[in-house]
Amino acid sequence: MTDTAVNTSQMQISDEVAISIQNMNKWYGTFHVLRDIDLTVQRGERIVICGPSGSGKSTLIRCINALEEHQQGSISVDGTLLSSDLKNIDKIRSEVGMCFQHFNLFPHLTILENCTLAPIWVRKTPKKEAEETAMYFLEKVKIPDQANKYPGQLSGGQQQRVAIARSLCMRPRIMLFDEPTSALDPEMIKEVLDTMIQLAEEGMTMLCVTHEMGFARQVANRVIFMDAGQIVEQNAPEPFFTNPQNERTQLFLSQILGH
Amino acid sequence: MAQDHSTAFVRTQEIPPAPPPPGETGAVHWIKTNLISSVPNAIATAVGIYVVYWLLSGLIPWIVNGTWVTNNIRECREVLAGSGGGCFSVLTERYAQMLFGFEYPSEFYWRPSLAFALLFFAVPPALFPMYLPRWMLIGTGLYPFVAFWLIWGGTILTPIGALVGVMVGYYAFTKLDKYGFAAALGGGVVGAWVVWQAFGMIAGGMPGFIALDAVESRNMGGFMLNMILGVVCVSLSIPLGIVLALGRQSTMPLIKIVCVVFIEFVRGVPLITLLFVANVVLAYFFPPDSNIDLILRVIIMITMFSAAYIAEVIRGGLAALPTGQYEAADSLGLNYAQAMRLIILPQALKISIPGIVNVAVGLFKDTTLVSVISMFDLVGMIRGPILSSTDWAGVYWETWAFACILFFVVCFGISKYSQWLEGQLRTDRH
Repeated sequence: MTDTAVNTSQMQISDEVAISIQNMNKWYGTFHVLRDIDLTVQRGERIVICGPSGSGKSTLIRCINALEEHQQGSISVDGTLLSSDLKNIDKIRSEVGMCFQHFNLFPHLTILENCTLAPIWVRKTPKKEAEETAMYFLEKVKIPDQANKYPGQLSGGQQQRVAIARSLCMRPRIMLFDEPTSALDPEMIKEVLDTMIQLAEEGMTMLCVTHEMGFARQVANRVIFMDAGQIVEQNAPEPFFTNPQNERTQLFLSQILGH
Repeated sequence: MAQDHSTAFVRTQEIPPAPPPPGETGAVHWIKTNLISSVPNAIATAVGIYVVYWLLSGLIPWIVNGTWVTNNIRECREVLAGSGGGCFSVLTERYAQMLFGFEYPSEFYWRPSLAFALLFFAVPPALFPMYLPRWMLIGTGLYPFVAFWLIWGGTILTPIGALVGVMVGYYAFTKLDKYGFAAALGGGVVGAWVVWQAFGMIAGGMPGFIALDAVESRNMGGFMLNMILGVVCVSLSIPLGIVLALGRQSTMPLIKIVCVVFIEFVRGVPLITLLFVANVVLAYFFPPDSNIDLILRVIIMITMFSAAYIAEVIRGGLAALPTGQYEAADSLGLNYAQAMRLIILPQALKISIPGIVNVAVGLFKDTTLVSVISMFDLVGMIRGPILSSTDWAGVYWETWAFACILFFVVCFGISKYSQWLEGQLRTDRH
C-alpha cells in the first residue's frame, strides 16, 4: 500500500489551475453554511475533503458544478466563471463529472443507455461512437457484461462503478465524488475505491468527499478538513494524519481512526 | 438412513425427485383448499354458487327468449307473451341512431364508420411502439385530419390547411428553439395561425374543391359523439396535463401562479357547469359574429377539466422521483428540456399510468354528460328520441344494457392496455 502511495504522490501535478474558489460564501436562508472558502485546485490534484456531517463539505463540491448556488465570492472552473448564466453552467457541468452517494443512475434506462445518454444529447456524439466509448469505460470499471441490464438488477458497488463510467463517458477534466462509498456494503467499498484509485493513477483531477481514510492516505495529495462551513485545516496526507494542528481536526481524527 | 448428529455426514448418493403424495395437486386439491377448506368457506361457496345461478337464470332466458324482429314495444309484448325474454328489436331497429345520432345522413354512415376503422390503424403505432416500425406513426399523425374530413366533410382544403399550419408551427418552433422556449412557442403559434388564416380564406373561396358533403356539428350524435369527444379530449388533455404539471413546478412565479390557479379553479368546479358555460356563456367571450362550433366548445371544456386532473396525477409522479434524478441529469449537463424529456417525464409518467388511466376512463364516461346540454350522444339518444318515442317507450333494460356494453368494452380495453404497459415498462425485474 505504501508503494502505491509513493507512486501516486509523485504523479505529475501541473501548474495549470483547474478550479479556483475565492471568498465563497453560501447561506441556506439565514444559515451560513459555507464561510469564506478559498481553494485552488491544480490540474491533476487529488483532494480528499473530510469533516463531521453538516460541516458543508458536500455543499462545497456541489457548488462547483452549480447544483447549489453560492451567494458571494467566485468560483471558476477551467477559467469559466460560474455565474447565473445558464450557458456557463451547462459548459461547466459538461466538463465536470460527478458521482453521488446514492449513484442516481437512471432506472428506466439500461446501463449502456445511462452511459450514452449525455454524450448523445449534450455532446451530439453519434450513437455508435457513444456506445463504443461507453463500452470502453464499462470495461474499465469491469462490468461490460452488464451493459444491457437495468440499474435495478445490479449490486450497489456495480451501480456506483456504472455511475463513474457514466461520468467518464463525458470525458470530464475534473471528477467530483460525493461520499461515493457511504451507501455501500463493506465488501463492495473496495471495488469502488479500486476504480477511483485507477482513475487517480491516470491523472484525473479529483475532489472526493469521503470518510475512507485509507483511500485518502493512498491517493490524495492534499486532505482538507472542514467544520462548521469553514476549511479548518489542509495538508498533505502524511502530516495531516500523523500531526494534525487544529484541535477540532485532532478530535475528528481520533474519533474516526480510534476504533 | 438414520443420521447421528454428533458425527460428520457426507452425502454419497443424490436423492432422486419423487412425485408429490396424491391429493396435494390437481383439481380436487384446488377445490379442497380454495372452496371448502372450512365450514364458513363452504357456506360462502354455496351462497356464491346460488347467486351466480340466480343471475344466470334470469339473464339467460332474457337473452335466449328475446325477440329481435318486431317493430315496436307492443308487438314485442305480444311476441314475448310473458316468456321473460328481452325486447331487443329496439336495437335492431334503432342501432344506427344509437351509433350515429338521428340527424346524421344515413347515406354517409360509411364515413364515420371508416374513420372508426382507421382508428385501429392509427392508434397501435402510438400504443405499441415496441412492436411496430416508427414510420407507421406518420399515419397516427395524419389520422386526426383524415378523421375530421370524413366525419364533418367539406373541402379537403380545410384539413390540409390545418395540417400544414401544424407543420409550419412545428418547423418555426424547432428553428426558434435556440432563442428560448417562449420565443419558439410564440413563433410556432404565430406561424400556424398565419397559415390557418390563409387556408381559411382559400377554403372559403372554393368550398367545393375535392369536397365531401358537409355535415354540421349539431347533426352529430350517438356513440360516435362519445367516441369523438373521448378520443380527442384524452389525446389533448394528456399533453396539456404534462405542461400544467411542469408549470406548477416551475421556479418562475408567473407561470407557477397561472398553472396553480387554473388547476385549482377547474378542479373546484363541476364538469356539468363547465359544459353549461360551453353551451351558453362562452359565446359572450367570442366576437359576436364568430360562430365557434358547439362540439369544439365542449371539447375545450372537457379537455381543460381532465387536463387539470391529469396534471395533479402527474405532479404526484414527479414528486415521487428522488431529487437525485434531477441532480444527475443536471450534473451531466443536460438542459431543462432534455432532462425533462429523457429522464424525469419517462419515469414520472410511468408512475402516473394508473392515475392517468383512471382519469381517461372517467373522462370517456363523462362525455355522456353532454346529454344535459341537449346534445344527442348515446345517452341523449336513448333518453330522448328512443325512450320518448311511442314505439319504444319503456324499453329500458335493453337500451341501457347496450349502452353499458359499448362503454364497458372501450373502458375495459383501456384498463387492460394500461396494465400491459405497466408490465412492459418494469425495469426492476431480475
